[in-house]
Parts: sequence; C-alpha cells; structure tokens
Amino acid sequence: MKRIRAVEEWCLGCKLCEVHCRTAHSKSKDIVKCYKKEAPSPARVVVEDGGDYNFALNCRHCKDAKCVKSCITGAMYRDPETGYIVNNPDKCIGCWTCVLACPYGAIMRDTSNKKIVAKCDMCAEVGTPACVANCPNQALILIEEEEEE
Amino acid sequence: MKVLIIGNSAAAIGCIEGIRSHDLQTQITVLTDEKYMAYSRPLISYYLWGKAEKKNMYYREDDFYEKAHVNLITNQKATAIDTKKKQVTTNGGLTETYDKLLIATGASPFVPPVEGLAGKQNVFTFLKWDDAEDLKKVVGPEKNAVVVGAGLIGIKVAEGLLPHCKSVTIVELAERVLPMVLDEASSNIVAKIVEEKGIALELGNSAVKIEGGDAVEGVVLKDGKQLPCDILVMAVGVRPNTQLAKDANIGVNRGILVDEYCLTNEKDIYAAGDVTESFDSVAGDQKIMALWPNAYIQGETAGLHMSGAKLKEPTLFPMNSVTIFGYPIITAGIQPDDQCLVLEKEDEEGLARLIFKENKLVGMMLLGKVDRAGIYTSMIHDGTLIEHPESLLSDTFGLNWFSKEVRKEKMK
Repeated sequence: MKRIRAVEEWCLGCKLCEVHCRTAHSKSKDIVKCYKKEAPSPARVVVEDGGDYNFALNCRHCKDAKCVKSCITGAMYRDPETGYIVNNPDKCIGCWTCVLACPYGAIMRDTSNKKIVAKCDMCAEVGTPACVANCPNQALILIEEEEEE
Repeated sequence: MKVLIIGNSAAAIGCIEGIRSHDLQTQITVLTDEKYMAYSRPLISYYLWGKAEKKNMYYREDDFYEKAHVNLITNQKATAIDTKKKQVTTNGGLTETYDKLLIATGASPFVPPVEGLAGKQNVFTFLKWDDAEDLKKVVGPEKNAVVVGAGLIGIKVAEGLLPHCKSVTIVELAERVLPMVLDEASSNIVAKIVEEKGIALELGNSAVKIEGGDAVEGVVLKDGKQLPCDILVMAVGVRPNTQLAKDANIGVNRGILVDEYCLTNEKDIYAAGDVTESFDSVAGDQKIMALWPNAYIQGETAGLHMSGAKLKEPTLFPMNSVTIFGYPIITAGIQPDDQCLVLEKEDEEGLARLIFKENKLVGMMLLGKVDRAGIYTSMIHDGTLIEHPESLLSDTFGLNWFSKEVRKEKMK
C-alpha cells in the first residue's frame, strides 16, 4: 500500500500541494477554471506553519481509523481493495463526528458545496496523488508500505 | 466458539467487526427485535427531514452479515438469559445458546407521566427508524407539533419536523437548550439559530396537561400557556434497557456495570453501548455515555476481548458532534468546575472554549468552527501535558504544536 509521507526538511510552505489538491478534486480539473469558475472543495492536504519550518499534512489512512469507527452513518470506510480510508458522499451528512475523532485534524469540511466531508482519497480519480506530483521540492513523497501480518 | 449478540446497532456491529478483524471461525448470531438490518439511529431525524434516503439509512452494506458470516435473526425480542445453561430465549419461542454473550440492548425513551397523556393518539417518541416512519405519516402543512425536551433528540426531531409542519414548539424544563452539553452562553447561540429558523422555544417551562379526545389536541404549559398540538413528541430522555440483565442477576446500577473490556460481573457476559454504565477516563467516574461512537468502540472492545485478541486498555470519555440547521457543535470531556482553567476565543466564525485541569486538556466546546477538533480530542485522550494552555488557541494551531520528535512519529 502506497502512502504519502511529508518531509518537513524540504517543505517550502508554498502551498502548491493545496492548490493542486483542490484542482484534482474539482469538476474541470483545470487549475484556472477551478479557481475562477467553480467553488472548489477545500484542499484535503493542509500546509502547517511552524514558524521556521513547514509541512504538508494528509490523511494517514490509519490502521486503527478513528474516523471510520466513529462515523455515525457508515459513510466513512476502508476500501477493502486499496486499504485507503474513503468517504461515501451519498451517505455522509456532514455531522463532523470524524472531524472530532481524527487525531491529525486531517478531515476537512466542505462547506461551499454539499456540506459534507472532504478528505484525501489518494486522488483515486486521477491516478497519482496531485499533491505529490506537483510538489516542487519533493517535500511530499510516496512510499510503499509493507503489509503487516 | 459461539457468540450471541442481543441488539443490532452500533455496539453489535462493533463487536462483529472486532471479532472478524482476526477471527473467522467463531460463530456469531445477532438477535434484534426490529425488522431492519443495522441502521444509523442518528440519521432518523435526517430521514424525517427528507435529507437522508431510505437506502442510505443502513449502517453497513447490504451483504454485511453474509460477508461476515453472521446469523441475523430479526423480529425476535430476547426475553430471558439463563446464565447457568448459557442460553437466551425470545418472545418468538427461540432458544439460542452461547459461549460468550454481548448485551447491546440500547436504551428506550423515558416518558414522564403527564395528565391526559396516557392512551392519546399522535403522541410519539423518537429513537427508532419506525418512530420516524410513524411521524412521516402524520405530518402536514396544517399540523402543529410540540416537542417536549430540548436535548439532542428533541432538537433534532424538531429540525426534522419543521419543514413538514405549520408550527414546531419545543418545551424545555431547563432555562436553556441542550442543557446537558452546553453552558448558558453557548446555548444562547444555538437557541438563536433554532428560533431564527422558525422553531418556537418555551424554556423554563413544562407540559402539565395534554388536552384532546382520542387524539392530542393541545398542550397546557406550567405557566398557563395553551399550545395547539396535533403531534406531540416526548423527548425528555432515555433509560437503559437493563431489565433482561437485572432478571439474570447481572450487576446493574442505572446502566449495566462493565469494566474497561466491557465485561459484566457475570463470566462470559459482556455489555456495550447505551445500555451500559462505564468508566469515564477523563472525569474518573462511572457513567452512562450513550453516544454512537462510544457504543461502537465498546462493542469492538468486547468483540476483541471475547475472541482473545490483544488490546490496549481502552479509554472512553463523552464526546459528541452534532449540527443544528447546519451549525456545528462539538463537545468532549468534562464541564468546568472551580478547579479548572477555562480559555475562550470568540470571533465571527464561532466560539471555542477549552477546559484545563492540572496542565491537561480535559474538555472542549466548539461552536461554529470545529475544524481540526480531533487534535484536541487526542490531547484529552492521551492526557498530553500542556505547559502553555493559550497556545492551543493560536491561529496556526495544528500538529505543529507538538515537538519535532512527536510530530514525526505521528506523521510516520
């Protein structure tokens, strides 16, 4: 299972990951159209400012996923095939219990559209995570994680 | 091994998933007195409102029981537990044996006696899917609805009734809405939203008499006010369904008493969810924490423990997230007492109140702006030592609060 890892030593805090995340999850998938004409959902990656350092935080797709356990509707689940934590937008009602549960603060509220959760889906639609692909300084990298038995 | 689960909601599903996470052999049977597969109880107000479709009410996929090799028996109410023979009998005449038993019978609405209430039609409670179905049948643009109780259930049912009724009034004995989870200031914010949407509030008041013939026609309040009423919903509170456990001599206080692994005082018998009273790790006392996520976690803990999995000592404390007409409210941990330090931040986006005790975060209340609340939850859970409480309210607060070492470990 591939996971995204943040390398804070390399992070410039440029927030391009946020921009490309929003684009990748927009209707048009076009950076200009998405920002100018759509109400893009919030970035599912958040660049944190620590003063003299930065890092970009994504959903950790936890083994012990508190968001899944606490979800009151069953919308949040682990995809049995990919192992990633995914939110079913048809079932999500935006109660934000997952926001309360996620110890990383990695689940966002999409208040501009359907008022439901926006979270990292590893860019299932476009293939490779846009934040990783567009980081100019390799501060977000994909690592292969061995399955633990 | 044979596991029998009485009940089919969050705790039951947690138990099944806990067992099946590592054990495919154990036989699992679920007994429920309802006709449905597990569904989301908190969704019933959304269903009434019209914001949740029938097909999205189910908590798990249609093939959940099949895939998990669970024998689901619906429409059977467990009527007795024989702890010696290790078997449970039902009202339909079934007898199910077990090696380990989970009692996850939940809670039922408590309806206080009010003059004229008994036997009246169009009086409802609101906890089950069928309650929402029943209400859907009677709502209409000419109907006046009265909800007694301004707790979570009362407010959510009022929210669901509002678009379908001519008027909705909530009557609450306390002077404020959500009296159990909010203080006065934050409660006022919520009350304002509720009233702006068109719900009338009668706070510090109560229903003393129900008027009408066969069906309810009006409610007389303590202060003498008379409300026309075609639909009355009693939502003053719930009580754990402990009778089955009591009859079997299982230790019960207000709820069934369980330890951190959800074991009762009877060997091989566990209990989880709204029926239990368990240890609140933040407050340090035993209480009923009837909240959906806690029910799931308790059920999972029981499932893991009964099937012999290793598990870290689980901790529980009250936590809740709810939206009222889209306005988000998150609460967790304890309410402040005089030994607590309370820090507050209020701006146009909302109100944040953090409660500290002995250099630890022990409670929070967030209104309006709840983003990244889970970081606070994790601090409450972990008992993180906090030297500078005000740092938690910084605009840039996040995982950057933690030392590089801790941060790196967290973000591995």
